Amino acid sequence: MTRLRRRLRAVLLALPLLGAAPHSGHDDASPAVQAMQDDDAENPGLLWVQQGAALWDQGCASCHGAPGSMRGVSARHPQFDPALGRPITLAGRVNQCRARTGEAAWTPDSEEMLSVTALVGRQSRGLPVAIDGSGAAQAALEQGRALFTERQGQLNLSCAQCHDDLAGQRLGGARIPQGQPNGYPLYRLEWQGLGSLDRRLRNCLTGVRAEPLPPGSPEMAALQFYLGWRSNGLRVETPAVRP
Amino acid sequence: MRVLLNVPKTAKKGEAVEIKILISHPMESGQRRDEMGQVVPRMVIHDFVCTYNGAEVIRLALFPAIAANPFLAFSARAEDSGAFTFTWADDSGASQTETALIVVE
Repeated sequence: MTRLRRRLRAVLLALPLLGAAPHSGHDDASPAVQAMQDDDAENPGLLWVQQGAALWDQGCASCHGAPGSMRGVSARHPQFDPALGRPITLAGRVNQCRARTGEAAWTPDSEEMLSVTALVGRQSRGLPVAIDGSGAAQAALEQGRALFTERQGQLNLSCAQCHDDLAGQRLGGARIPQGQPNGYPLYRLEWQGLGSLDRRLRNCLTGVRAEPLPPGSPEMAALQFYLGWRSNGLRVETPAVRP
Repeated sequence: MRVLLNVPKTAKKGEAVEIKILISHPMESGQRRDEMGQVVPRMVIHDFVCTYNGAEVIRLALFPAIAANPFLAFSARAEDSGAFTFTWADDSGASQTETALIVVE
């Protein structure tokens, strides 16, 4: 890596720090919800982790060994894949593996995909998110940033208008979170179940009455990549609990 | 059904132990309608019993106002080594039993 690229990378990594420091949605939740996430006996996300461990033993374990070998993986995802020329999410990686072994892909919201990504994500719990947005990944990062700051939908709002500019303030009774993705897949009390970041983004986009991004589209990957990079430094909380 | 069961492995005689159980269940209230406007049938765990070496510790009647994936926590006094048995039944007629062992010193 040349000195210039290294310097550029240092600048890019420091960029989120120039705005408000990343702040986890965990800290905006009520004490009861925080306690639910922090106690493994009480966190319903662990039910999916348990299911994921059963699926892991049936397939993944023959190559990857114990789930502990996945420590750190979810902290690096979504990751820019030079071979594909675009970012790939953790769920995308799981499906790459399934394609390699001749198995049918799982949809992002299937119980199987949620369970396995929850299991893999949990192995990185407590590690800082470290998504590399340097070099060839910059174009995707810019695409994601453009999606984040672009006004859209009938309400003509961009993500940034609330989650950058107004984060920490109140919308009705709820505190506006920064929209950090460091706990996905997570258990939402509103959903009464575990859900993916895809599902969360669909909710956001229909909320501003915009057309949701198609699942598996390059735009979806770019937006998730930007969101991940924006959360650099926050601890992985998978499976988190949110209201 | 997936279950997260939390019973201390060991306890001192006479000590109060906290028992936590989280059951994976939709707890469908019977009040909601699906996309076609049809009522989604009620499907809740309605009965839960915990026994300790055969003696009943707690018996619960659960109702549709309880959220999905119910979390139950209660205490019992550790007297003898043995087993806590948890049995519950839902509206589909299915019932499930889980057991946790405890050693009392």
